[in-house]
Amino acid sequence: MDATAIALSARLAGVTLLVLLPLAVLLGRWLAVTRTRFKPWIEGLLALPLVLPPTVVGYYLLVAMGNQSALGRLFEALVGHALAFSFGGLVFASVLVNIPFAVQPVQRAFESIAPDLREAAQCCGLTRWQALWRIELPLAWPGLLSAAVLTFAHTLGEFGVVLMVGGNIPGETQTVAISIYDRTQSFDHASAGAMAALLLVISLVTMAVSYGLVERLMRRRRSA
Amino acid sequence: MSLSLDLRHDGPPLDFRADLPRGRITALLGPSGSGKTSILRAIAGLLPVREARVTLEGEHWDGAGVRLPTRARSIGLVSQHYALFPHLSALGNVEMSLTHLPAAERRARALEVLALAHVGGLEHRRPHELSGGQKQRVALARAIARAPRVLLLDEPFSAVDRSTRKRLYLELRRLHEQLRNTVVLVTHDLDEAAQLADHLCLVRHGRLLQAGPASDVLNRPRSVSAARLLDIPNVFEGRLTRDAGDERLLHWGPHRLRVAALDPALPDGLLRWAVLPSNVLLAHADRAWNSDLENAVQARVLEVVELGGEAVVRVQPAGLADAPLQLRLPTRAIRRHAVSRDADVTLCLRSADIVPLCDDAAP
Repeated sequence: MDATAIALSARLAGVTLLVLLPLAVLLGRWLAVTRTRFKPWIEGLLALPLVLPPTVVGYYLLVAMGNQSALGRLFEALVGHALAFSFGGLVFASVLVNIPFAVQPVQRAFESIAPDLREAAQCCGLTRWQALWRIELPLAWPGLLSAAVLTFAHTLGEFGVVLMVGGNIPGETQTVAISIYDRTQSFDHASAGAMAALLLVISLVTMAVSYGLVERLMRRRRSA
Repeated sequence: MSLSLDLRHDGPPLDFRADLPRGRITALLGPSGSGKTSILRAIAGLLPVREARVTLEGEHWDGAGVRLPTRARSIGLVSQHYALFPHLSALGNVEMSLTHLPAAERRARALEVLALAHVGGLEHRRPHELSGGQKQRVALARAIARAPRVLLLDEPFSAVDRSTRKRLYLELRRLHEQLRNTVVLVTHDLDEAAQLADHLCLVRHGRLLQAGPASDVLNRPRSVSAARLLDIPNVFEGRLTRDAGDERLLHWGPHRLRVAALDPALPDGLLRWAVLPSNVLLAHADRAWNSDLENAVQARVLEVVELGGEAVVRVQPAGLADAPLQLRLPTRAIRRHAVSRDADVTLCLRSADIVPLCDDAAP
């Protein structure tokens, strides 16, 4: 078992979640209520990581992070090293490819809140932030839970984009998924098998627990 | 006048101007899709209207370069399905409209209004643990908690059973006696409007057909559309003339009705008119035909349908095959006068009960 890779994956998933969840709440809430005619294009753009091959996403990210790009140069000027093949670059890539996994459940959750509840909140004199905090988030939280679990589990298992953007640097960019690939290539089946089993169990448990929680919440909501 | 409205919009179409009296219950009465709820939502600031002027006692909510957000308007809203926050208890729901108060005061005020709305003791129940009537009361408590100057009720009784509804009517009237705020009630139920409203606005296709004190509007529709909306079946056509003594006569088939009570400004000629079924009187059978009765009309009974303590009687006035007239009589009158199918009866159409109608929908 590669404990360093497991810890790195957990750290990556945690940081991705911390960065992405607030972003998903704002974006998902906006998409749930907006009437802009560009909505299908925006939704399509955000869903791209679901359909594009990880190598394509990874390639564009690599180009965007390179020192030929403004982003890459800015990051390097600020931090002192390149964004590509670093943990920072990995977080950046991970946040981007996880956007659909985080935004879509949150958006659906906000969409399922009856418009008359939002209006009731306004009639109660609540400001937008009060309404979001006190009414909408408590009602949307099954969606937030789904988003968190999906993002965490997907980050743990992400392979293609991580390999493209982060390479395979132990302790810096070598996640569990890369480590499994690495061990398999070097015929270390015992280690690869143990890590694969660990990933399988973690994924299964988190998904089952989250589905169970969401189902219970939705049942309670329906009876209300 | 207290709440002044001038609303113009395209989707849904609105071209509505009205002044709603302060401290009274005004019902916006109209069929489904007539724009009543849109008017209510525009008052609340929930529907952005193309051109809007909403003024409460001189204070601009909309218009004159102002557009107050909903939360800054002194309103309380009870919507059709109550819109109670499902994750909060009854108390939590009411407290949510009191966030401007310190926590201790908030709790005390919430308990006070819950008691006022007759749901004291249910404060810890969630919405799904409440009956329809209880939900309605909690929604009402939430709406009045901030002591709004305008209370907006959007068909608030449509989702409760009949007996609960009757009880809630009483409670709303009692509550209004105490609070005396301006209430706007949206309804398509004529009986509900008649029982609750002091003032009535008839709405059709987003326009005001007629407005005024409820009893005036209910008894004297101004147009054919208003009469239809008020479900008055007796709408007829006649010809208005003057006799040699300058007395006005309404020719209705072979009948000549004296209409001294009509507005003298009404021009002679074709006139549409209505009479309420409850205002058509049945004369005693033994009274001599055409003696001292006002506008006696002979008719034959086509149908008698008893509905509870009341009977709906359809008759055919003599010489008017295609103008059946409807009466509403207490069933005891039916028995006393032996009114039955094919019986000949004498009716009396009092001049004061003949309501002239204009064709246009102008208020």
